[in-house]
Amino acid sequence: MTTADATVARSAATTLPRKKIRWGEQAVRVVLFVAAAISVLTTVGIVVSLVVPSIDFFREVGPTDFFFGTTWAPLFLDAKFGVVPLVVGTFVISFWSALIAFPLGLGVAIYLSEYAPARVTSFLKPILEILAAIPTVVLGYFALTFVTPFLRDQLGVQVEIFNALAASLVIGVMLIPTVATLSEDAMAAVPRDLRDGGYALGADKLQVSTKIVVPAAISGIIAAFVLAFSRAVGETMVVLIAAGQLPQITFDPRETIETITAFIGATGNGDVPRGSIEYDTIFAVGLTLFVMTLIMNLISIRLVRKYREVYE
Amino acid sequence: MTVIEPHPERDYAPVPDEPIKRRGRAWKNWLFKLAMLSCMFVAFGTLAVLLVDTLVTSWPALTGQLLTGLPSTVADEAGARPAILATLYLGALVLLFSVPIGVLTAIYLEEYANRERWWNRVIEVNIQNLAAVPAIVYGILGLAFIVRGIGVGRVVLAGGLILTLVVLPTVVVASREAIRAVPDSIRQGAFALGATKWQVVWRQVLPASIPGIATGSILALSRAVGETAPLIMVGAITYVAFNPTLLGPYTALPVQIYNWTKQPDPEFQTLAAAGAVVLLVIVLSMNAVAIFLRNRYRKQW
Repeated sequence: MTTADATVARSAATTLPRKKIRWGEQAVRVVLFVAAAISVLTTVGIVVSLVVPSIDFFREVGPTDFFFGTTWAPLFLDAKFGVVPLVVGTFVISFWSALIAFPLGLGVAIYLSEYAPARVTSFLKPILEILAAIPTVVLGYFALTFVTPFLRDQLGVQVEIFNALAASLVIGVMLIPTVATLSEDAMAAVPRDLRDGGYALGADKLQVSTKIVVPAAISGIIAAFVLAFSRAVGETMVVLIAAGQLPQITFDPRETIETITAFIGATGNGDVPRGSIEYDTIFAVGLTLFVMTLIMNLISIRLVRKYREVYE
Repeated sequence: MTVIEPHPERDYAPVPDEPIKRRGRAWKNWLFKLAMLSCMFVAFGTLAVLLVDTLVTSWPALTGQLLTGLPSTVADEAGARPAILATLYLGALVLLFSVPIGVLTAIYLEEYANRERWWNRVIEVNIQNLAAVPAIVYGILGLAFIVRGIGVGRVVLAGGLILTLVVLPTVVVASREAIRAVPDSIRQGAFALGATKWQVVWRQVLPASIPGIATGSILALSRAVGETAPLIMVGAITYVAFNPTLLGPYTALPVQIYNWTKQPDPEFQTLAAAGAVVLLVIVLSMNAVAIFLRNRYRKQW
C-alpha cells in the first residue's frame, strides 16, 4: 500500500500543471454544435409540419379510405380522398424514368470508369454536371414543348398533350448524371488487384467490366438506382408542367396522369384556405411522399456504407 | 439538381484497348464499347437539343424588354425584371445563410464530433437523408411554418430561408469533402507548435479547404437559383408589377417561367423559352465558375 501511495504522489508531482480551461474553445464547440443541430431541427420541423395537419386530416377521412380509395377528387363537392391514383401516377413516372436512367447511367459509369482516358474524363464530367444543373422548370418546359410534339409528329406515338411518357423520358435523362456519378464512385472503390487478377487470368476488358467490376461494386450501383428512383418519385416541376393534373389509375404512359408531387404543387400555391380539409390534404399527401422517399433514402445510405466498409 | 462531388483519385489506369486475337471476343468488346459510348451520346445529345431548341424558340423574345419590362397580360409587353431581381435577392440570401451554417456544420462533423456518440451519427445520417428529401417537401415545411405559422408572410426573406434549407446539405457535404482532403500532418504540425484546436481549424484547415468550399457553395447556389417547387408553395405569386423588397411579395424567375408555360397563348411559350435562356445563363455560368475554381485550385498534398 505505502509503495503504491508513494508512486502516485511522485507521479502527481511530475505531471504538467492542470490544463487551463479555455472558454473561447468551449464557446466555439457550442457554436459548431448549434450549427450542426440546425439540420436535425429541419427534419424535426418537416415531420411536425407534416404530421400535425395530417392528424386533423385523418380525423375526417379514414386511413382506409385514404390509402386504398381509388378515386382522388379532393376539391369536388362530393370529395373523394383515395390516394391510389396519385401513387399509381407517381409509380408510372418513376418506372419509365428508371427504365431510361438505370441502363444509360450505368453505361456512362462503366465508360467513365473503365474505358475513358483521363483526358476524355476531365472533359466529359463537366458536361454531365451541366446536365445535372439544368433547372427542372426548364426541363418541364422542354418536355411539354419539344418532347411531346416530337413523340407525336416525328415518332407517331399517340400521346395526350399532357402525358406521362414525355415527362418520364426527360426525368430519365435528367437522372443519368445521378446514377452515373454514384455508380462510378462505387466502381472506383473496387481495388485494382481485382481487375489485374482478371486480366492475369486472360479476361478481356468486357469481361473484367461486367464480371468483376460491376459485381464488386453492386451495392453502390444499387444505392445509385434507389436514390435515382427516390428522386424520380420526388420530382415536381417536370410532371407538373408536362404530365398534367388528371388523377387516374392507368399504367399507359401515353395518358394524362397526376402524381403526388404535381398535386401538392398545383394545390399548394395559396388559393386553398387554411384549416379546410383541402388544406390538410396537402400535408397528408406530403407525409405519404416523405415516408416513401425516406425509406428509399435510408436503404441507399446503408448500401453506400456497405461498399465503403468492404473496400476502404 | 445533383451536385457531383469531385471524384476520388482512382488508383488504377484504364487499360488500353489492345487488339484482341480471338474474333468473337473482339466483336463483343467492340459492341460493348459502342453501347457505352451511345449511353454518353443520349445524355449529351439530349442536353444539346434542349439548349439549342430553347435558344431557337426564345429568339424573338430575347430583347432588352425581357430584362427590364414588367409582367403583363399582353405577351408583347411582358418582361421579367421583378422576377430576375427577386431571384438575385434570393441567391444572395441563400449565400448569406447557407455558407456559414453549412461550413460550421462540416467543421463540427469532421473536426469535433466523436463518431462513437449516437447523436453525432444521427446528425450525419440526417444530413444524408435531407440531401435526398424532395424539394417540394421543404415547400410544405415553409407553407406550414414560415408563411403561416410564424407569420413572416409570403415574402422574399421566407423564400430565401426555405431555399437555404433545401441546399444546406449540399454545402455541408461539399465542405466536409474539402476539409477531409486536408492531410492530418498539417493538423499535427500545428498542434505540435502549441496551437489550440480552434487555432488549428481556423488558421490551417479552413484556409486550405477554401477552394473546395467555394466550389460546393457556388454549385449549391446555382441549384437554389433554379429551384421552383418550394417557391410555388411559399408564395412566389403570379403577377408582381414592381421591384421586390426583402419583406415584400415577389415572384422568382423560375416561377415566372412556370407561369408563362401555363398560358395557352403561344407567344407566352416564346416568353417562357426566353426566361429559360436567362435562367440557364445564370445557372450555367455559376457552374462554369465552380468548375473553373475546382480545376484551378486543385491541390495535391
